[in-house]
Amino acid sequence: MSERSWETVIGLEIHAQLATRAKIFSGSPTAYGAEANTQADLVDLGYPGVLPVLNGEVVRMAVKFGLAVGAKIAPRSVFARKNYFYPDLPKGYQISQYELPVVAGGTLDIVLEDGAHKTIGITRAHLEEDAGKSLHEALPGLTGIDLNRAGTPLLEIVSEPEMRSAREAVAYMKKIHTLVRYLGICDGNMQEGSFRCDANVSVRPKGQEKFGTRAEIKNLNSFRFVEKAINYEVERQIELIESGGTVVQETRLFDVDKGETRAMRSKEEANDYRYFPDPDLLPLVIDEDYVARVRGELPELPDEKAARFSSQYGLSAYDAGVLTASRELADYYEAVVKTLDGAEPKLAANWVMGDVGGALNKEGLDITACRLGAAQLAGLLGRIIDNTISGKIAKEVFESMWSEGQDADAIIEARGLRQITDTGAIEKVIDEVMAANPKQLADYRAGKDKLFGFFVGQVMKVTQGKANPAQVNELLKRKLAPSP
Amino acid sequence: MYDYARFFQLPEAFGPVATPMSLTREDLEKIAHLARLQISAEELPAYVESLSSIIDFVEQLNGADTTDVLPMAHPLSGQTQRLRADEVTENNARELHQQNAPRVEAGLYLVPKVIE
Repeated sequence: MSERSWETVIGLEIHAQLATRAKIFSGSPTAYGAEANTQADLVDLGYPGVLPVLNGEVVRMAVKFGLAVGAKIAPRSVFARKNYFYPDLPKGYQISQYELPVVAGGTLDIVLEDGAHKTIGITRAHLEEDAGKSLHEALPGLTGIDLNRAGTPLLEIVSEPEMRSAREAVAYMKKIHTLVRYLGICDGNMQEGSFRCDANVSVRPKGQEKFGTRAEIKNLNSFRFVEKAINYEVERQIELIESGGTVVQETRLFDVDKGETRAMRSKEEANDYRYFPDPDLLPLVIDEDYVARVRGELPELPDEKAARFSSQYGLSAYDAGVLTASRELADYYEAVVKTLDGAEPKLAANWVMGDVGGALNKEGLDITACRLGAAQLAGLLGRIIDNTISGKIAKEVFESMWSEGQDADAIIEARGLRQITDTGAIEKVIDEVMAANPKQLADYRAGKDKLFGFFVGQVMKVTQGKANPAQVNELLKRKLAPSP
Repeated sequence: MYDYARFFQLPEAFGPVATPMSLTREDLEKIAHLARLQISAEELPAYVESLSSIIDFVEQLNGADTTDVLPMAHPLSGQTQRLRADEVTENNARELHQQNAPRVEAGLYLVPKVIE
């Protein structure tokens, strides 16, 4: 059998750290990168006799997410204890939600590479606390524990097993990433671990309804790793089955350096978490008024914004998708268009995605660190629109703006880049070019049409690219024509 | 060792204790392992017996008719979770907290290595 006779089944559990000031059950700060254990109070440390109190902002954020994916907000949800021993979990249990999560049953639309849409089901999203960090390299024979992260609020977003390839999984994860950032509930910083996922991966013969045995790949914190880890795992499982083996249900880790997944040291009884309702926390009740209020606070969501960009600015679905990939990028684009009073939105889109996007990529920056303000870019585009400069010259001006930070007008004036639109001046140049190239002129008039480009090139060379291209074409056509 | 079996002997009002043990020795070993409790082979039978009798005692609840009763995990019916404002109220008290730790270094709590 080949890979073609197998179908991949993927479900993702995404952990999004919620962007609150204080922790989910305590008043400790959640800031990243603080000195070890300076942000862990008695509740985070699991001291006896202390009580967790739920942070209301965490609830609001979960409800926002639920509404954004069209899910049901549970009028009553319950916190449960998930019991296991590990030194970075001082209480011996993680407070999570089990039977009654706060969000249940949503959907998310993803766009595949061929432009097709697919709807992925979201089983549930529940609130829980993050654990601390174990540092195994600190001292020989010892593990160092930093509990600053303990108690950081997490929203665990669980998908249905409805993705059929690593790419679909990445598209889904990217879409959730975009969404939580639009909602302002997670900073999405994957390097700092604010947004990470576990992937459940299995394979089954095509046409078979029953799922194969799955392996869970833990703690993937980049889109690239998700894709690589899943592809490796799929191949491993297929090879295993085809050579007569069976997949065991287990937890695996992705080795970034080797590009492969491997089984975690088997934790005995690892799956026996003995969940039970946490007696320290009462049921969380969310009424309809509250849900309605939060609904009123929702920003325009990515899909809505993309649809509006298409209809309002006449952009293709692809362009609208790219420009709305982040709220900041969409805002930047709209600020440019607004400064231009809505003229040439397509031109603005091309420049924001092409030149600005390219320059940002080159330096590894995102739009919030863009060296050119929206007004500055609009200033440049305005000069293309009013024919002061050609698009080609504009690229040069853009590069100078990017490196020197000056405005377009200043650069155009200082370097004399203003486009030549004076017909007389262009005609004069054309005459010179014709006089200097009698052979080419004769050949052209004898029917060698291809030489037209040569003359355009010569005129542009003499004018240093400043002649208005449309006028050059027009005048050349007339002048080169055989004299009657 | 404390005589747990005697302690958990059921009052007569609850009727006779169910005769077969609800827990096996293997169950007990598993529970002890999950709780990270070390129980010697000699102690095991007493625990099997006493824990079984607790389970049998509670088991009587299964005889009650709960057809129209909603499950209740919290004893204060009608009470709901109060919410706290998203404000930082606890400042760094690492020095104080770490006075209770057997071993610390560079601000970290130190424990025996947990991975190979």
